[in-house]
Amino acid sequence: MTESGKETPHSPLTRSPLLEMQDIGISFGGVPALRSANLSVAAGEVHALIGQNGAGKSTMIKILTGAYRRGSGSVRFEGREIDFRTPKQAREAGISTIYQEINLVPFRSVAENIFLGREPRRFGLIDWRAVQQRAAALLESFGLQIDVKKPIGRYSTAIQQMVALARAVSSDAKMVIMDESTSSLDEREVELLFTVVRKLRDDGRAVIFVSHRLDELYALCDRVTVMRDGQTVAQSTMADMDKLQLVTRMLGRTLAAVVQDDAEAREANLARRGKQMISATQLGAHPKVSDVSLEVHAGEAVGLAGLLGSGRTETMRLMFGADPLERGSLSIGGETVALKSPQDAISRGLAYLTEDRKAEGIVPELSVRDNLTLVCLRTLAKNGVVDVKKQQAIVDRFIASLGIKLRSADQPIRELSGGNQQKVLLARWLAAEPSLLLLDEPTRGIDVGAKADVAKIVRELRDAGLAVLLSASELEELTAVADRAVVIRDGRTVAELNGADMSETAIMDAIAYGSDGHSQLAEAAQTANAAHIEDALEGDRHGA
Amino acid sequence: MALKLHTESLHTEPRLGETAQQMTAAPPASAATTVRKWRHLAMQREVIVLLAMVLFNLIFTPHFWSLQTFNVNMTQVVTIVIVGIGMTLVVATGGIDLSVGASMAISGALAPMLFLNIAGPGGIALAFVLPVLAAALCGVFNGLLVTRLSVQPIVATLVLFIAGRGIAQVVTDGSLQAFNTPAFQWIALGKVAGVPFQVLLMLALVVLFAWVVRKTLFGQYLLITGGNEKAAYLCGVPTATVKLIAYTLCAALAGLAGLISISVNSSSDANVVGLGVELDAIAAVAVGGTALTGGKAYIGGTLIGALIIQLLRYTLLAHGIPDAAALVVKAGIIVAAVYVQRRSR
Repeated sequence: MTESGKETPHSPLTRSPLLEMQDIGISFGGVPALRSANLSVAAGEVHALIGQNGAGKSTMIKILTGAYRRGSGSVRFEGREIDFRTPKQAREAGISTIYQEINLVPFRSVAENIFLGREPRRFGLIDWRAVQQRAAALLESFGLQIDVKKPIGRYSTAIQQMVALARAVSSDAKMVIMDESTSSLDEREVELLFTVVRKLRDDGRAVIFVSHRLDELYALCDRVTVMRDGQTVAQSTMADMDKLQLVTRMLGRTLAAVVQDDAEAREANLARRGKQMISATQLGAHPKVSDVSLEVHAGEAVGLAGLLGSGRTETMRLMFGADPLERGSLSIGGETVALKSPQDAISRGLAYLTEDRKAEGIVPELSVRDNLTLVCLRTLAKNGVVDVKKQQAIVDRFIASLGIKLRSADQPIRELSGGNQQKVLLARWLAAEPSLLLLDEPTRGIDVGAKADVAKIVRELRDAGLAVLLSASELEELTAVADRAVVIRDGRTVAELNGADMSETAIMDAIAYGSDGHSQLAEAAQTANAAHIEDALEGDRHGA
Repeated sequence: MALKLHTESLHTEPRLGETAQQMTAAPPASAATTVRKWRHLAMQREVIVLLAMVLFNLIFTPHFWSLQTFNVNMTQVVTIVIVGIGMTLVVATGGIDLSVGASMAISGALAPMLFLNIAGPGGIALAFVLPVLAAALCGVFNGLLVTRLSVQPIVATLVLFIAGRGIAQVVTDGSLQAFNTPAFQWIALGKVAGVPFQVLLMLALVVLFAWVVRKTLFGQYLLITGGNEKAAYLCGVPTATVKLIAYTLCAALAGLAGLISISVNSSSDANVVGLGVELDAIAAVAVGGTALTGGKAYIGGTLIGALIIQLLRYTLLAHGIPDAAALVVKAGIIVAAVYVQRRSR
């Protein structure tokens, strides 16, 4: 670790911390998920907790709320040492969590949802009038006037979030944890929600706010804790940390560590690339994609970069016909197409490796053989009967060529390791002989060795003339494979970085600021001169 | 008595297990992987239970070893198994079909109207074809509700569960149609080498659909759709069509079962044909080892499941336990089967 958790903010806490989590450690099956993680939150502040997938944010929250028991370290809440065994204990102590998938009861009224389990009673019966009056009053104090007798499911997600907040407030929560609360809201709704959050803060409650939208963090939060690889890597006030620093800390790259030696190879590759395979122009579909344009040629690997929730997956799904396109146009092999379904895309030579291997990739109970030949099965059938010999030949070929480790092709795929499952899924698409691969986080959740294998396979496929579009949260993995990168942010293409222009720094720059402005930084990055970058950063800090 | 049956089956289990294992291990043992073993073990469990029950009856039930007893027990399960085959397909997609009894009633109501009114072999032929097609149409209706309108299968098929029998009564004016048409009834009453034709038909369908599930594109798509529908869709599997076909086949098979049912009784009463068969079929599917969550389809298992339930009932009746009590035991067996399934996940 280059940075340590000791890099504490310049501005000391003005209030005594309400919550103090120190040196938290926890392991799952011998694999440490958290190692000496710290989090300190004061009453009356909105505290941002950020980090990539797997950085340990959710684990930290789960320990705090009693869903997991910590392995080591201490948690102090209101000055007392605590150790919640169940989420209920945490709730009773005044810690309330609002999840992305809101845990409200959709068919019950707004009022019922707010007082669920704590209904005011009269003569042993629920006093419905009191329930409704108190609920309405509570929501009005948020500036929200809605019919509290209507089922909550009829209202928008933003209102549901606010009802969840109201529920937390009515139960006298001292601390509210908001986990990705804004990810499905549009700008206006976010603003509405923020008003309520600020009100909570001004009432002296603490809010822990988890989000990947940088602009939101700066608009709302007072302080920030950055996590990476199960550790706290930075704690600071938002004012003392600019966006680039934030992204840098999150992604774990120091600006000086920029490597440029691949630049020539990339340029050579781009010079060699073939004809355009797919071109997306101003794609849009509510709510995640608003304006994405990109093209991929044969024989090149294009990286789709952006933070979590920036619209990478949604863009790929649009390109694959898995979701309906609302705006923009798509052309495959020079011909403008309107894809009706994935089947359409497949017949045009597309392949799409999904990000969520478990939910959208493997058929867990079926054998490796059946999983591997899922896409090409159609071509293996003669008069509706599957040619088992041909099928086995394909399975054997890919198991050998991709180095898939298994006991037998009859084994259910769920028994394989993540890396081997991913190779089977890759083989599933390759067996259909596609000309364009859409790979969404192909290295997610697999071990280092398998990551290297997958990267090698992708490079070989590109060299064999396939067009590849891939995304990865780890910039290092993206730049290791991609010849150029398209950066998206909040559903918009903000930069396209070609060959030598592409570096982790340049990508982070684009993620943090978008394409306009701060070209100074990009220039500094190109020279790969640490001093220049630090200078640029200095300048930027003063500018901000 | 029930207790005795229990201990007996416990005693016989290991011995039978050994022989069953020797039989399944006959192909190259080295190629036997955990999957195969597991699948066989899962299947074996039901086979062992069935064999244990047969053995028990051989020892304790007089006159059990006779062609007549065999025929009685087999003919009792024919309609349940034929409906159960279709049900297995639907359950494999992660769905369920409550309307099979109604499909049987519709088909059973239509057939006599055809062969009683149209003379000659033409009428008989039409009486076989049209009612099954009418039942298949019910399946198309179910399938469209499930795929196009995304109605939950249990609700979608509840529509025809309620309305289907009404349709059959409207068609027949609610009257019972009695008949004596050997040419038509041969499907149920005919015998080949001493074995009822309906039993042979049932066995043929079991073999056919077991093959369909294992070897055909449709069979594979069925398991994939039920195993992970999202993944199947993203891989270009026509999931909606697959489900539609499953519901259609299920209803068509129920239609065929309806024809057998009225032939056995020499009469068709829209109020009675196929009454409660949906529950027997689902029970057979569950006891047969097909997960109700989808992604699996053991056609052979459904046959064995139906036989287990039937033999249990027969055993209890043969030993003087009233049918009402037998129902409770039947329920117990279903609970046990589902419990074992959950544990082995």
